[in-house]
Amino acid sequence: MEYFLQQLINGLTLGSIYGLIAIGYTMVYGIIGMINFAHGDIFMIGAFISLIAFLILMSLGLTFIPLALLIVLIVAMIVTSAYGWTVERLAYRPLRESFRLAPLITAIGMSIFLQNYVQIAQGARVKPLQPVITGGYTIMEKNGFTVQISNIQILIMVLTVALMAIFSWVIAKTPLGRAQRACEQDRVMASLLGVNVDRTISLTFVIGAALAAVAGLMFLLYYGVIDFYIGFIAGIKAFTAAVLGGIGSLPGAMLGGLIIGLIETFWSAYFTIEYKDVAAFSMLAIVLIFLPSGLLGKPEVEKV
Amino acid sequence: MSDAILKVEHMTMRFGGLVAIDDLSFEARRGEITAIIGPNGAGKTTVFNCITGFYKPTTGMLTLTHENGDTFLLERMDDFRIARHAKVSRTFQNIRLFSGMTVLENLLVAQHNHLMRESGFSFMAVLWPRGYRAHEEEAVEKARYWLEKTDLIHRADDPAADLPYGEQRKLEIARAMCADPVLLCLDEPAAGLNPKESDELNRLLLSIREEEGLSILLIEHDMSVVMNISDHIVVLDYGKKISDGDPEFIRNDPKVIAAYLGVEDEEVEELAP
Repeated sequence: MEYFLQQLINGLTLGSIYGLIAIGYTMVYGIIGMINFAHGDIFMIGAFISLIAFLILMSLGLTFIPLALLIVLIVAMIVTSAYGWTVERLAYRPLRESFRLAPLITAIGMSIFLQNYVQIAQGARVKPLQPVITGGYTIMEKNGFTVQISNIQILIMVLTVALMAIFSWVIAKTPLGRAQRACEQDRVMASLLGVNVDRTISLTFVIGAALAAVAGLMFLLYYGVIDFYIGFIAGIKAFTAAVLGGIGSLPGAMLGGLIIGLIETFWSAYFTIEYKDVAAFSMLAIVLIFLPSGLLGKPEVEKV
Repeated sequence: MSDAILKVEHMTMRFGGLVAIDDLSFEARRGEITAIIGPNGAGKTTVFNCITGFYKPTTGMLTLTHENGDTFLLERMDDFRIARHAKVSRTFQNIRLFSGMTVLENLLVAQHNHLMRESGFSFMAVLWPRGYRAHEEEAVEKARYWLEKTDLIHRADDPAADLPYGEQRKLEIARAMCADPVLLCLDEPAAGLNPKESDELNRLLLSIREEEGLSILLIEHDMSVVMNISDHIVVLDYGKKISDGDPEFIRNDPKVIAAYLGVEDEEVEELAP
């Protein structure tokens, strides 16, 4: 029981990070119907920007951690958003009227480019960050086993929930959210009503990148080490999460992220850690066999 | 007699070897309902697509003049700019609602630009929701006005796809009106409506013209709609204008009768009671 509870906490933390990345996949898919394979690498860029910002702030002598965190968060979100915007502008927008596979290929190219760019610019070695947020709480202690929740885990979960709430509100209630949903359904009609479709799509990429930057910062704080390759695995996992939850659905992305995080953690805890990825991807295959449009995805019903 | 709101001069639209519109010139006057009629394939919808920026005409000039004298050359503008700055709205022959959104949301999307500006691209709305709420309420109020005018107020929170056909047509007009147009382009608004519904439509269009002083450009096959409400009719055949005048003149123009209505006497009788 204690062991289970501990793994549950770990799994939810990991799942939150996946969920934040998965939102970027699902939103972009919703609005332009393509899989942005470079999104995992945008997440990696976010982690690197966070690390660099941290090191700069520390060398400037800023030791008050909450303030430093806030500044790093804002800087990472802004700079990573700029990357997201640029990727869309350079690699996807010129191909918007092209056939569907073309932007998919540039997305893979962008992903490889970003990985190599960071590898060359930052080096291939693993980059460590000393623990910034330490401490935690002991929830219960029994049979010599303690269940702990660390402050960083609390921060990750709280921040994820808060971002999800704000984000759902933006999609449901603001003009930007409505424009996004309108573009999802009928881009031409939205344009004829005066919606600037290109800008709406750009903003979608910017929001996705900003959330990925938060995930990158969380990843950096949680694991303490990053390298140029983290975007690949995390990206594939988050993409799996988005598909599992029903691609195009925002709550689905979050749910899928949590499920993937939990499966991975529990599998490593109770079975073998080597096969945790197999378990996560098998789950995807099983769910898609029975629910082809994912857990919360709506099947397309065509009215005739 | 009023001034021209839209002037189409020597417009030609070619698709490869096909000449869809051939040197078309006409004027739509402010505050009037101008109908464009013609047999199937005459190029009516293509004219609309050129006006709303969906196509760029091969040659020609389309000038839209606002009441305050601002002029817009539509053939040079992107489609969303035509809607935003020149303020032309349109509806489609095959209805194009945002079917997954509610009726009210459909009308709010039409007010996107105003709300986007007021909410600071939505970012200010996140940071300071209270300031934004007043503008949102204003937009909802306007949407409600149009829902009442089109008798759709009881369906405001239903998904647009759940509405019956006739109500979807009216919703499309309401949505176009929420965009605050100076020129409203309606592509076969009466298609598929029963006589009672098309009667309601006539009244709605006339009241839009009377109360809002709006200029309307109309494509229609239903002659009871065209002859009853339009002030001015342009007849196209094979992309060329063959006649242009008031309903009385069109009804008696032999060229129109020959080309468009067919030459059989019964049909002519039917239209000229």
